[in-house]
Formats: sequence, structure tokens, C-alpha cells
Amino acid sequence: MNSENANAGRRAVLSAKDIWKSYDEGTVAVLNGVDFEGLEGQTVALCGPSGCGKSTLLHLFGGLDFPDRGSVLVNGSIIDRGHNPLRLLRHEVGFVFQLHNLIPDFTVEENCMIPTVAAGVDRHVAKARLRELAERTGLSHRIGHRIQKLSGGERQRTAICRALMNRPKILLADEPTGSLDEKASNMVFDLLLDLVAREGATLLMATHDRNLARRCDRLVEMHDGKIREDA
Amino acid sequence: MIFLKLILTNLRRHRIRSLISVAGIAFSVAAMLTVVTILQGAIGMFSGILSNDSELIVFEKDVSDLFFSNVPQQAMDQIAGWTMVAHANPVLFGVVSSAGHPIITCFGVTASDARIQKAAWLKGERGNFALHEDDVVLGERAAQFLAADVGSQVPIGHATFHVIGILKTANGFEDGGVFMPLASAQSFFHKEGNSSVITVKLRNKDDAAAFKAKIQAAQPNLIALEDAEFTRSYSQFKILKATAWAVGGCGLLLGGLGVANTMIMSVFTRIREIAILRVNGFSNAQIGSVIFGESAAVSLLGALSGLMIGSGALYALKLIPALDGYVDTTIHPILMAIVLLLALLTGIAGALYPAFYAMRIRAVEALRFE
Repeated sequence: MNSENANAGRRAVLSAKDIWKSYDEGTVAVLNGVDFEGLEGQTVALCGPSGCGKSTLLHLFGGLDFPDRGSVLVNGSIIDRGHNPLRLLRHEVGFVFQLHNLIPDFTVEENCMIPTVAAGVDRHVAKARLRELAERTGLSHRIGHRIQKLSGGERQRTAICRALMNRPKILLADEPTGSLDEKASNMVFDLLLDLVAREGATLLMATHDRNLARRCDRLVEMHDGKIREDA
Repeated sequence: MIFLKLILTNLRRHRIRSLISVAGIAFSVAAMLTVVTILQGAIGMFSGILSNDSELIVFEKDVSDLFFSNVPQQAMDQIAGWTMVAHANPVLFGVVSSAGHPIITCFGVTASDARIQKAAWLKGERGNFALHEDDVVLGERAAQFLAADVGSQVPIGHATFHVIGILKTANGFEDGGVFMPLASAQSFFHKEGNSSVITVKLRNKDDAAAFKAKIQAAQPNLIALEDAEFTRSYSQFKILKATAWAVGGCGLLLGGLGVANTMIMSVFTRIREIAILRVNGFSNAQIGSVIFGESAAVSLLGALSGLMIGSGALYALKLIPALDGYVDTTIHPILMAIVLLLALLTGIAGALYPAFYAMRIRAVEALRFE
């Protein structure tokens, strides 16, 4: 089945049009005219050397940063400086980072509940969702444990749980397996793909791992702030 | 629960720092509570002395302290003769010291004074007051700390007096004081023919304004004030109140600076955590609430500890014999509420900049921060 047929009828949930982004008053150019579209339910790997702009593109789609030029659209809404990213972060986008970015002295449950507290989700609803995700990620027996007591893989699985708590339709993952060994890395990535498929979410993942990247629907190569190849 | 844990978690992580901040607020609150309570108690007791069975007080105009006021006997005689006056009593105030007791208040009064006539006489005969010039009556506490009883000879200042009675009054100053016949007090304090004040009870309370006007006309060197008016306007009371609140305020300011320092440190050590909250959808208001909540927890804990320390300090002061009768340890609920409120406001003020800083943290930069 060719990919064009597979993508037919899917709408673009992530869209970047001629994006330019630089830091330090324009002296460090990071994105130089990026055009990109991510389709609903698609898994996309962003590959490329460090500093090529992968993370920056993820941050722009998450509303954590804004382009100097060009337009970013998430679910059809333009994300710019005038846009309040709260709705985006609470309901539409989930983040998973290389460093799990969990609160170390909180338990798995407490860390996962943070997005639901922010979004004002009913506690019982949130707990039910946590039970569901914990079961799928194999963390049910660890739910009351503090992050400090968990292995690297368990921490990353907790971070994935947290990212999916509010049922976002887009998951942005920045080197989610970058700090794990090969075995844990494969396990976490399998889980990530499985969860994304079950939730019907779109995954945009920055990674250096070519093997993992090839398992995504698309592999996008970035270099010097530009997209070189999209397959 | 998660929100509460976010507020409290940093206090637990940095226990010593949190404890120092709590202690800063606690000692500030304790200082304010102790100083204000003591001074308000003293003012209340002193006001009570003046308003004992009277509505007005007459004293020398423009004196900074009633101890320096001289009201001549001639004025006393004139006032007592006015038909609107039910009774007028001269009182001479003096302060002396005795071995081990740096402050003993002396009241030079006449036998008809309410302090003598209306007090509960524990020992001695009311009718024996002012029969001899070296006779004195002691307040109950004064009798205790001077270890004196009826018939004792007690050294007071440069003379020795014969105790003819012990009385009980509700007023701490009076209870810790010595009552002398007016003439004896005038001689003892070298104020012959003068009293410090005249306390006046009118036949009709509504004549107070007329009485004041009459004093102004008849005795231009004197002034008459109603009791409440006197308490409000007496410069010594004003100075005492201002000093008490200023001392307490300075304490709280220092405590507030401590809280501000703690909160700034707290935000700096939580930059990454705040970024995590932001990425997970926390709004500025929610992040601000975490910081203000942490500060309020420090302030509240400090204020409650301060109230306990202050109450303990007041109780301890009451036990010091030299201060017996001069320290009123009653803490008024309104004062407690004001002190608590001030501590909370101080905490909130201390968290203003840290909260503002926290709200401006950009997640994308903070997450790069290792």
C-alpha cells in the first residue's frame, strides 16, 4: 500500500509554513524556512545532527516558543505570540523529553496528575485515566513509588503516562529514549507507538536513533535548520 | 492535594532554610505581640487609674507627662464648689524605688477617694486612712513583693512608712502601688499644695462640655478632658503606641525580608520544576499560587509560633517579681488577628517579586537548564 493512499483523507494537525527562528538577536539561526505537515494519527521521526533545529520545531508546535517568521498551526489554530498556549498545553499537546522532567520527590501518581490539576479535570476521572495508562505501561505496581526509586525506563514510561493524561491528540517527543540503554529504549518506544496507535494520536518525535526512526510512518531529515528529506 | 504538595514540598526539601524563615516571622510576631500587649496593658491600666469613679480629668496644660503636672489646691477647692460637680478628688502621682523593686507607684489621695472607699480592703480598717502622716496602704501585690503586712514598717524611697492596710483593686498599677495620704505625698515628693490631677465626676454627664469650658475660663493654665479623650490624646500614650507598633513593624519588616529571601531562593532552585509545571499546562495564576502558597505557609507557621512564643514571653514577664503588677498579659483577640494578618501580608509582600519572577520563567529556556 503506498503512503499516499494511507494518508488520503487524513487532515493535517501540525503545520509549519516557511518557519524561521534564530536566537541571540539573530546571530544563531536555528530554523531557516521550514515547511512541514503532520497528519492526524501519523508517527513522524525527526532526525538530524544536534543543533539542526529538531527540538526547536517541537517547541514551536507545543507553543513553548514562537517563530520569528512564518506560521505554525496546530489543529488549525495559529500559534503565535498573541496566542495563549494554555489550551494547547492542557488539552491538545503532550510532551515527552529526553530527561524525563518529572518531579523527583513526587510519586508516579502525583507526577501524572499534574496536567489534570492544571486543566481542572475531576479527580475521579483523572484517577481512572491514570489506572488505565498505568496498566498499559506496566506501572500499576509502581504508582505509589517516588520517582527517585524508579529505573530510567520506568521514569520515561511515567513521563509518557503524564503526557497522555489529558488525552492529547498530538504527542511531541524530544529524544524520548535518548537517556536509555538499547533494551529499555526499545521497550519504551514500543510502548510509545502502541499508546499513540490506541489513542489515535499523532506522534512527532525528535531522535538520533535511526532504527527507531525507521519504525515511524515518516522519517524527516533535518540539516542546518532545513528539511532535507521527507520519506 | 497535588497543589498543596507542590506548595509544601519545597519547604520540606530545604528544612533549615524554611525553619530560619519561620523563626524570623515567629520572633517578629512575638516581639510585636509582646511589646504591643505590654504597652496597651500599661496604657489601659493607667487610663483605669484616672477614670476610677470619674469622667473627667483636670491637669496642667501643655505638660508632657502627668508626673510633671501641678494642679494647685486653690483650683481643687474652686472645682469642688461648682454645682455641676458631684465630687472632685486630687491625686498626686509619684514613682519611687525600693531595694529590689525599681518602680513603685505612689498615689497621694484623700480619704474620700474612690481608690480608698471602693477598693476591697483585705486587711486593715478603711476609716484609719490618713489619720497619721507616715501611714500607708499597700496594694495586694505591693504587699507581696515588699513582704509587708499590716503593722509592718516598709522602706519606700528615702523614708519608712507604717502599713495600716492592704487592699485589692482590679488595676495592676494600683495593686502594685502604695497609697499615701495626699499631704504626706505632697511632702514626700516636694509638691506642697499641689496635686498631679483632679479626677471629676459630674452630677450630669451631659455637662462635660460646659465643665471643660468653665475650666478654660476659670483656670487658663489647666485643661479638662474626658477619660476617653485623654487616652486618645495624651502624648505619652501616643508615643508609647507608636513605639510599640514601630518596633513590631520593624520586626515584621525584617521577617518579611527573610521570607522574600527564602522565596527568591526557592524560585531559583525550582526553575526547572516551574518549567515542568508550565509545560504541563499550569497558568501564571497557578504558578503564582504555588509561590504565594509557600510564602503564606511560612508566614502562617511563623505567626502561630510567634503567638505561642509571645504568649510564653508575656507569661514569663508576669512571673518576674520586679514587674509584678505592671504587666498585663491579656492578649486581645483583635490584636492577635491584626498581628496574624500583618504576618500574612508580610509573607505575601515578600513573595511578590519571587512570584513575578516565577511567572516569567520561559519553559523552553528553563528546560535546557541542567
